[in-house]
Amino acid sequence: MKFDEFGGTFVPEAMMVPLQELSDAYRSLKDDDDFQSALGRLLNEYVGRPSLLYYAKNLTERVGGAKIYLKREDLLHGGAHKINNTIAQVLLAKKMGKRRIIAETGAGQHGVATAMAGALFGMETKVYMGSLDVERQRSNVFRMQLLGAEVHPVDTGNRTLKDSINEAFRDWISSYPDTHYVVGSVVGPHPYPEMVRDFQSVIGKETREQMLKAEGRLPDYAIACVGGGSNAMGMFHPFLKDDVKLVGVEAGGRGTDTKDHCASLNLGEKGVFHGMLTYVLQENGGQIAGTHSISAGLDYPGVGPEHSCLKDSKRVEYVTATDAEALEGFMALSRTEGIIPALESSHAVSHAIKLAEGLDSDDVIVVNLSGRGDKDLEIVMEAMQR
Amino acid sequence: MIRSPTIIPFVMCGDPDLDSTLGFLMALDKYADVIELGIPFSDPIADGKAIQKASVRALESGTRVEDAFDIVSRFRERSDTPVVLMTYYNLIYRMGPRKFLTKARDAGASGTIIVDLPLEESQEYREICKEVGLKAVFLVAPNTDLERVRSIDDASTGFVYLVAHLGTTGERDIVPKATLNLLKEVKTVCKRPVAVGFGISTPDHVAQLLDSKADAVVVGSALVSIIEKHGRDAIPYLEERMLSFKKAVDKNNREKGRGSQR
Repeated sequence: MKFDEFGGTFVPEAMMVPLQELSDAYRSLKDDDDFQSALGRLLNEYVGRPSLLYYAKNLTERVGGAKIYLKREDLLHGGAHKINNTIAQVLLAKKMGKRRIIAETGAGQHGVATAMAGALFGMETKVYMGSLDVERQRSNVFRMQLLGAEVHPVDTGNRTLKDSINEAFRDWISSYPDTHYVVGSVVGPHPYPEMVRDFQSVIGKETREQMLKAEGRLPDYAIACVGGGSNAMGMFHPFLKDDVKLVGVEAGGRGTDTKDHCASLNLGEKGVFHGMLTYVLQENGGQIAGTHSISAGLDYPGVGPEHSCLKDSKRVEYVTATDAEALEGFMALSRTEGIIPALESSHAVSHAIKLAEGLDSDDVIVVNLSGRGDKDLEIVMEAMQR
Repeated sequence: MIRSPTIIPFVMCGDPDLDSTLGFLMALDKYADVIELGIPFSDPIADGKAIQKASVRALESGTRVEDAFDIVSRFRERSDTPVVLMTYYNLIYRMGPRKFLTKARDAGASGTIIVDLPLEESQEYREICKEVGLKAVFLVAPNTDLERVRSIDDASTGFVYLVAHLGTTGERDIVPKATLNLLKEVKTVCKRPVAVGFGISTPDHVAQLLDSKADAVVVGSALVSIIEKHGRDAIPYLEERMLSFKKAVDKNNREKGRGSQR
């Protein structure tokens, strides 16, 4: 399956078999009542769904424009939306008869969510993590280890998320007979972008119902941050056919006029990377560029292929927020609502504030608060001292 | 392209610099009927440590796609030995497949191997290869079923590249029995010559694979590791290693010769 020209299966021949196997398994379980009801129970009893839709009254009043709602994915078990996907993929892996799972991680949120699911299902778990990320997210490394996962630092390339994905692919090429690769975002070769989107779509589906209950109508805007793009795809997908404006916020890093950002959709070019055709930040005739963001979870030079498709069709607008703007969003939400957001989600918060200012009080914005900020305290402390 | 059986040496273009690469190609030329030249990519997911590091060295020395074409044409002035370019698809996609493949042909390359371009994504690439007269070499993996091997053989021109191990490139201690059996099976299906690569590093490996009817054996990481160790001064060490492989090939040829006389 492709998203217009985007997506595809650009992988070494040896990976065609595990991808086909996964694709077949997913297709057969997708509409399987037993699988869906088992997943539904896990999401309810273990993950803590449905997550709340919260009207941020104080923030709304401070900004003085549109009403701002928060979809509280930060309240899920583990503190981020990542668990929606890992619990589903590990359940799928179990059904496929796998005994071991591997994953990549950037900020460590997906690694932690995979380690939790691995512990719950009694699977051997190995998480690849760039050694730079290991340094800047030490507490998450320890969390993964406590959960019984082995954390493998990756020293190649930029030593961040993209390099950990390379290493996880290399593991999977030889280990797939007993191992499932839990990809953490809507990226990679088919069927991952579609499958991960489906597993995250619970976010948008709930938001839709909750908003109808709260406001008697759909929101005017739905906003989410975009790195690989899984929380955004999960929020956007159930609204694609509605009259709801969708806005993805990429990491503008030190500014989109510098090279230090991760704005793949805004500034990247089409390319083939990690098994997919998508917008990619690249240089020198197709070498993948180094990236920067204050939030490790957005620090990725590619983006999910469905986002590339939605950009080209203009169904979704993609904007950027810089490190500094994300920090402002982080502070604003902490002070007004007593909610400390993840730095990733702070990008979306920052844009929502900007947008709300220019709208009327009867307009409604929903922000996907994809994770909580506890993991980022050290980084924010450092940034504040500067 | 393959006057079997032969060794196909692999080196990475620009590792440690372009002039050295040309020197290496000239040295390898004495022992090989076909040479494989890698174009470095920043994210080589099918490669193990040795070739990953070679890619980093090559990129750090400033190697670009055009440099590989330049090296091929400089080598072409000195030798007729076919050169096959090996790389990842993004470099072709960025330049545009037609432009890339035309330039490769004009430089004097004989074919291309794109590690992350499976059959399903390759239609345009194959058509252009055919048009410009470049061999399109596809890979067969240990887990490829025989029906698919047949399709890959049909799509390939020049030869088929059999990946000996489920995993990445890199030296290994042994050639598993499974690989030899796989090779025999693949040979029954393929009309094209079959080159075997990934993990082949000793004359003994080469001998075993030739005994099992390989038309060619690709040696990559073993040579790249020599370059890692000796840098610009690697030529005598590369020659020494190639000579040991060549002996295994010649021995195999003699035995085959005797076999046919009987």
